Amino acid sequence: MTFLKVSDLEVEFCVDKKKITPIEQVSFEMKKGEVLGMVGETGSGKSLTAHAIMGLSSLVGGKIRGRVQFGDKDLLSLSEREMQSIRGSQIAFIPQNPMTSLDPVYRVGDQIVEGLYKHRKISKRAAKLKALEIMEKLQIPKANHVFQQYPHQLSGGLKQRIVIAIGLCTSPQLLIADEPTTALDVTVQAQIMRLFLKMTKDKGIGLLLITHDLGVIAQVSDKIAVMYAGNIVEFGPIKTVFNTPHHPYTKALLNCIPTIGMKKGTLDAIYGNVPTVGNYPPGCRYQPRCPDRFAPCGTIVPKMTKLAEDTRVACHKYNGSKD
Amino acid sequence: MIENNVREHKPPWVVVLKKLSKNKLGLMGTALILCLIFIAITAPFLEPYSYKEQHIEIMNEPPSLSHFMGTDDFGRDVLSRVIRGARISFVVGVLSVGISVFIGVIVGAIAGFYGGVVDLALTTIADLTWAMPAILIALLLVAIIGTGLESVVVAIGLSYWAQYARLIRGQILSLKSAVFIEATKSLGASDMVILFKHLIPNSIGPVIVAATIGIGNAIVLEATLGFLGMGAQPPTPSWGAMMSNGTAYLFISPWVILFPGLAMMLTVLGFNLFGDALIDLLDVKNKESN
Amino acid sequence: MWIYILRRTLLLIPIFFIISVVVFSLIHLVPGDPIDSLLIPGSTAEDRVELTKAYGLDKSLPVQYCVWLQKFVTGDMGQSIIEKQPVKDMILYNMPFTIRLGVASLFVSFFLGVSLGIISSAAKNTFIDYISMIIALLGVTVPAFWLGLILMLIFSVMLGWFPVSGSGSLKTLFLPAVTVGMGGAGLIARITRVSMLEMYNKEFVLLLYAKGLSRSAIIIKHIFRNALMPVITIFGLRLGWILGGAVTIEIVFSRPGIGSMLLSALYRRDYPVVQASLVFLTMAVIIGAFIADLMYAYADPRVRDVYK
Ligand SMILES: Nc1ncnc2c1ncn2[C@@H]1O[C@H](COP(=O)(O)OP(=O)(O)OP(=O)(O)O)[C@@H](O)[C@H]1O
Ligand code: SF4
Ligand SMILES: [Mg+2]
Repeated sequence: MTFLKVSDLEVEFCVDKKKITPIEQVSFEMKKGEVLGMVGETGSGKSLTAHAIMGLSSLVGGKIRGRVQFGDKDLLSLSEREMQSIRGSQIAFIPQNPMTSLDPVYRVGDQIVEGLYKHRKISKRAAKLKALEIMEKLQIPKANHVFQQYPHQLSGGLKQRIVIAIGLCTSPQLLIADEPTTALDVTVQAQIMRLFLKMTKDKGIGLLLITHDLGVIAQVSDKIAVMYAGNIVEFGPIKTVFNTPHHPYTKALLNCIPTIGMKKGTLDAIYGNVPTVGNYPPGCRYQPRCPDRFAPCGTIVPKMTKLAEDTRVACHKYNGSKD
Repeated sequence: MIENNVREHKPPWVVVLKKLSKNKLGLMGTALILCLIFIAITAPFLEPYSYKEQHIEIMNEPPSLSHFMGTDDFGRDVLSRVIRGARISFVVGVLSVGISVFIGVIVGAIAGFYGGVVDLALTTIADLTWAMPAILIALLLVAIIGTGLESVVVAIGLSYWAQYARLIRGQILSLKSAVFIEATKSLGASDMVILFKHLIPNSIGPVIVAATIGIGNAIVLEATLGFLGMGAQPPTPSWGAMMSNGTAYLFISPWVILFPGLAMMLTVLGFNLFGDALIDLLDVKNKESN
Repeated sequence: MWIYILRRTLLLIPIFFIISVVVFSLIHLVPGDPIDSLLIPGSTAEDRVELTKAYGLDKSLPVQYCVWLQKFVTGDMGQSIIEKQPVKDMILYNMPFTIRLGVASLFVSFFLGVSLGIISSAAKNTFIDYISMIIALLGVTVPAFWLGLILMLIFSVMLGWFPVSGSGSLKTLFLPAVTVGMGGAGLIARITRVSMLEMYNKEFVLLLYAKGLSRSAIIIKHIFRNALMPVITIFGLRLGWILGGAVTIEIVFSRPGIGSMLLSALYRRDYPVVQASLVFLTMAVIIGAFIADLMYAYADPRVRDVYK
């Protein structure tokens, strides 16, 4: 049975009476227990893809189109009621910005158990114990004390671990983590990554990991999806993509990795600027920056082409090579 | 070339009108105010009867075809008096708000510009005044300077200045260090020039919005003073005087008090809705939070 | 927290002095000599001097002020010139009525305003939004006395649900409190609406949705709770303004109270009563604002920490 299959996902917003579609033609799939790493420059639509999968974009004024198959259900055709029973229960979300993602007037402990109460029949005591257990696993010192604190009393790193705890506490089947470790120092980051991996292996949880950090992706992911200007341009098993990248953008990305680790911001080392939503060039969106650009690139939008089982790329260079 | 420019960059008032046309409540407010101004200006021509002629034989008659709003205890036509009252209410509102804004802007500008002890003293007084019910202040002032429409206007003006002082002070504080002020200073402009030619004109926006709503408040306060026997004196057909006069006949001829009140309700609603729309249009809140 | 409360309480003392000076001097600007109203027609100049002395009105103003203040803080607020009874007794008799009306009006304006604000923010830019905002505005578009009279006409005279006047039962409190409360409700509703709308766009709302909470749960438990902070602040700052209608409403419904006492004293130039009731009214407003400030500090953990 399918675990997660996203096809032709598209989100439309209305800004100043103009329609914009920050993401379009987003398709990928995940298997049970798999880690999918999603990379892309700022504004390429990674977070928005995550929101759309959970049906959150339509709650903040957007329109979601396409298909999100989760198990035997198409999430986009479910009612808001049915979605509520899946959100936070079967699919959990760790937001990108822990600093602003917590309600400032409630204790963080209460915010962790809030989802538990909603989805699981559980006593107050048991919920607290469960939350404390997860907080300890996340290396939160003095978890009992932190449980009683308000967000503004916590450091960025602690807040980040609190939002992770919110995501983990209901033991979901699919975890969508949007840059979950940016505020953490390297050792804690490694520990949390290990925890994520252990969960995927032991419990068969699927992890959609969004990050700027190709180094992390290389270490933990089974597959990788590369986003550029609202599209997925390359999708495939991590080994294949890292060893033989096809899309010129992926190649440029991988060239940017310094040999020892990877620092933030290095993605910008690619020549030229990312086009912003609404200002996409005609044809291939990478065309103004692409060294390999040729005749059709300026006019025809490249479609995702299957190169091998599980490997796809959207670039005219590979059009028709395999079907 | 020039024509092209005009077509591409619409003049600001076109943009404002366009935005206003989408704000339904704002549009309603604008319409109400325009109506009031029209009635105030053309009052003598609109009145079906004289607003002051007394006809004892038709005292306290309920609304009918010949007197749409009935007649009062002197047999005067209520509709004519409501129409004439629009003029008075409008003038009272505008004049007293003018006084409030004048005092408020001066006090607030001095406090914000000079800072220090001057600021502390003026701010404390303004805050205390602002915290008090305006009716209490106006009442005391009328008790001191005497009743009558002119004193009422002055008393209302003196009761409402604090909010404008607070607004201007906040604006000036945020503008004081602005680059162009520094530049003007280095050119050797005097304090007064900086204050009156640069700082005040650049911070008057939120005050104008508040003043729009303030006109409504002033009209209501005039009526309340009238009810307490401290407003315009009897023959003057201000809405407040009409209402306070009608109080005695509330159970016999409620229309005498009802219609001026409804007229006031629509008028003040108009000023409030228009003021709210201005806040949206001019994006005043943004400025305030700076 | 306690230190903060103590500091704020001490701050009330200089404010009290400012108010007392203002009140004292304002009263003496009023034209007309109160002695005139005390003299029976045909009395001689000697009677006049005697009476002036008896009431201490012959001393210089600063002296009068000091004497007055000293007596005032020790609880001796003088004799009413007209009523011939201690002002303190009059205040003590009238105060409870005004406090009852004030508290009830604040309740009405808070709950009515907050409900209208929530409704219109949840239905932003729909017909329901417009209607709620217009209802909220009605209280500020007409004088409180007019609203009170019309409500009295409809609910007491025509429907007979409430007594026309009086001050005994809770029933007599209803119409006056609604009248006064309507004035403040408009302000509270608008602040609530704006503040709620701002909260809808906060990033933390997304995580709440992601937890699977329903929209209504999020609005009530989280958005409203956060939006409440600015509402409490404004509520405290504009307390006096909200209660302004109470002064006239006591007269409309023939209720005893500081407001009606002040007005009748003002007409009759009864200095000691005017002074005492003004000081009490203004102090009540300032103490109310002070309580709202404490509530604010209590409701927002961020503010609470600043004061620790
Ligand atoms: N609610 C919204 N309304 C309008 N546009 C939106 C909205 N949310 C996102 N966008 C647009 O979608 C684009 C993609 O945003 P997204 O946050 O998904 O990027 P991202 O890949 O996560 O970037 P980053 O790496 O900085 O997190 C942005 O450029 C933004 O303009
Ligand atoms: S389609 Fe053309 S422009 Fe786009 S990546 Fe491929 S070669 Fe470059
Ligand atoms: Mg993002």
